[in-house]
Amino acid sequence: MARMNDVITMEGVSKTFGPVRALDGLDLSVQQGEVHGFLGPNGAGKTTTLRILLGLLHADAGRMQMLGGDPWNDATELHKRLAYVPGDVTLWPSLSGGEVIDLLGRLRGGLNEQRRGELLEIFDLDPTKKGRAYSKGNRQKVALVAALASDVELLLLDEPTAGLDPLMEESFRRVVSEELHNGRTILLSSHILAEVEALCDRVSIIRAGRIVESGTLAAMRHLTRTTIEAEVASPPIGLAEVPGVHGVLIDGNRVQCEVDGDHLDDALRRLTALGVRSIVAHPPTLEELFLRHYRADEAPKPAAS
Amino acid sequence: MTSSLAGIRPLVRLIARRDRFIMPLWVLVFALIPTAVASAFAELYPTDAQVAQATQQFASNPAFNGLLGPIYGDTLGSLVAWRNSIVFIVIAVVSLLTVIRHTRVDEETGRRELLGSTVVGRHAPLTAALAVVVGADLVIGALIAATLPSSGLPVTGSIALGLAMATCGIVFAAVGALAAQVTETAGGARGIGIAVLALAFVLRAAGDSAGENGAVSWMSWLSPFGWAQRVRPYATERWWVFGMLAVFAAAAGGVAYVLSVHRDVGSGILPARLGPASASPRLASPLALAWRLHRGLVAGWAGGLAVLGIIYGSVADGVADLIGDNPDMMEIFERLGGAGVLIDLYLSGVMSVLAVIATGYAVQATLRLRAEEEATRAEPVLATSVGRLEWVGSHLVFAFAGPTLAVLAAGLTTGMTYGAVAGDVAEQVPRLLGAALAQLPAMWMLVAVTVVLFGVLPRFTELSWVAYGAIVLITFLGAVLGFDQWALDLSPFTHVPTLPGGELLLAPLAWLLVVGALLVVPALGRFRRRDIG
Repeated sequence: MARMNDVITMEGVSKTFGPVRALDGLDLSVQQGEVHGFLGPNGAGKTTTLRILLGLLHADAGRMQMLGGDPWNDATELHKRLAYVPGDVTLWPSLSGGEVIDLLGRLRGGLNEQRRGELLEIFDLDPTKKGRAYSKGNRQKVALVAALASDVELLLLDEPTAGLDPLMEESFRRVVSEELHNGRTILLSSHILAEVEALCDRVSIIRAGRIVESGTLAAMRHLTRTTIEAEVASPPIGLAEVPGVHGVLIDGNRVQCEVDGDHLDDALRRLTALGVRSIVAHPPTLEELFLRHYRADEAPKPAAS
Repeated sequence: MTSSLAGIRPLVRLIARRDRFIMPLWVLVFALIPTAVASAFAELYPTDAQVAQATQQFASNPAFNGLLGPIYGDTLGSLVAWRNSIVFIVIAVVSLLTVIRHTRVDEETGRRELLGSTVVGRHAPLTAALAVVVGADLVIGALIAATLPSSGLPVTGSIALGLAMATCGIVFAAVGALAAQVTETAGGARGIGIAVLALAFVLRAAGDSAGENGAVSWMSWLSPFGWAQRVRPYATERWWVFGMLAVFAAAAGGVAYVLSVHRDVGSGILPARLGPASASPRLASPLALAWRLHRGLVAGWAGGLAVLGIIYGSVADGVADLIGDNPDMMEIFERLGGAGVLIDLYLSGVMSVLAVIATGYAVQATLRLRAEEEATRAEPVLATSVGRLEWVGSHLVFAFAGPTLAVLAAGLTTGMTYGAVAGDVAEQVPRLLGAALAQLPAMWMLVAVTVVLFGVLPRFTELSWVAYGAIVLITFLGAVLGFDQWALDLSPFTHVPTLPGGELLLAPLAWLLVVGALLVVPALGRFRRRDIG
């Protein structure tokens, strides 16, 4: 069922917890060597998906393959080739951060000592503190260093930057790009769209336990609108009648609107006729893309992560 | 002061809501046990003369003196008050753990911060936890005072017994509040609290082992449990002793409040130390990790039980003095084989008490599995190439071996100290080590029960404490309450031979092992297939 270069393939995977349907026929494919963004709000089923891939949860239905094996039956063998960073990292209160990094690395089958040192420096992490003394962000760094310093093919990262400050997020992005050059595959779950935009080749958007959109960012943008903000010489009347122009907001001589990709030319012609003093146009951010998916269908079913 | 208590009402309601099933349950059970004991004794000994004879018999059994303390007076009330001293300890444990559960556990898990950001005063969480637990203890006391007179016991004594019961709970609620301030982890707080409680029990047990007039009876006056009994319900009550209990509770609670003002939320008074920057080469397997997580428990319990063994062993030789002035009893024991029989009877009682205590450790150690899973610390380990059975096994090694080591340590020290006094160490040590070994199958049964819950009903794993409580009840009160044999047989300790001195029956021990294995193996199979978390 899996294509040759797929690292992860999931087809129609479902999982219920009592009355709650956490995954509802989820399809996901992650190709070798890509950073795949796994986007969705809290409770959409991102963590449940990752925990099924890790063999911690047993799927009720569906077919799946990871690294050529079955995530449930071949768990211990597959786990030698992957590393996982949970979204909410808890450490053992009596173990130091350095001990946890070494322990998890060894349990996975080996740790790159040099890389470990570099990562501690990049993330500015003190490995001598004990588990309880770390802040949420630092606990996350411990798990990140442990995962990234392991020589594995696949990284499963569950909202890895949720507790990091902006500087550290920047370091994280740099490290992830380096990982790509090393030929690793990364599945990055997140609800931080800027991060996914900066890092990911392909994106899958999950909503209420289903993938609602999947593809390259370029392909998704094609379907969406460009936002234009402009200041014009005379009051911008009649812009709303131009086909393909939506959400017109007028404030004196200032105007903001969204324009369909294939009607940009018409809209700009109309604006220049009004005498443009300043103009800002930007492509749709993932934010907008994302919001549209969630506004489009406002009947959220109960779902848990 | 009002602002430091702001938000206390919703906090009290939150605690009441979280404990809405378990708290009414323990309040009712503790409130009803004394009445149940009273009616059982009344049935057993219908006349005053029989009651008086029974009190004499019990008073001359040294194991009973050590475990339950002295009997004051020779009435039905005397028997009831004496037998219920075991409930003093249980109510103390429950009060202690409940206060820690609603203070330090909440801080450790971060729930406290969530509350602290709302309008909650500095003292509100601690006060709310204490208020609920102290309230529950007082309800228990009031129910006991109200129900016992209907069994024909004097009102004054019933009030004294109810109040003694309640103050035991209150004193250890305050100890729990204090322990919760001292360490950063809930496990550490529980450890300190239980250690204080164990010390109080050991002091009282040691002081009472050789009777009221023994050489070390002053030790009982160092223990809150000793005070609670020295109120002497139903035997010219000494109300002033409550003053000592009140001062102790107020002091412990007061220090807790002072400490809670002088520290940050989440931190403890004892500072967190730094650890090594990289792991030692040995920390490379689930077993090595489990050793790190269990070694404190192993050392604490083995050390604690060894100390208990020293105390019990060193007073064993004096137990013969208890019947010294009772010619009837002396004649009975002479016929049975002399003072040696009496001492063996005492030692076998001691070994079963030590084994039941060590079984609490067995339950605690096995529950680490569920604690690791619930805190999502099992997840990163199971996400490496560690298999599920390997992970469970790494903890079960310590759940089985830890209590084994602890009870053997106790057997060893009991044998050595008694042997040293009696002058035959070489003979006594193997006898008591053998007696300790005979307890193991029964102790391991609780590990098996906990593993079954963990594998099949993970959310209810902590119910193994209920199973443990039932076994404590059956072992120490079952015969008095007139349980049927099948009910007594439910406790694995019913099947352990009376050693040293009794006949070594291997068949029941073998059966315990077989039943335990039949429970553990399928439960582990179930765990391999169930969801984690």
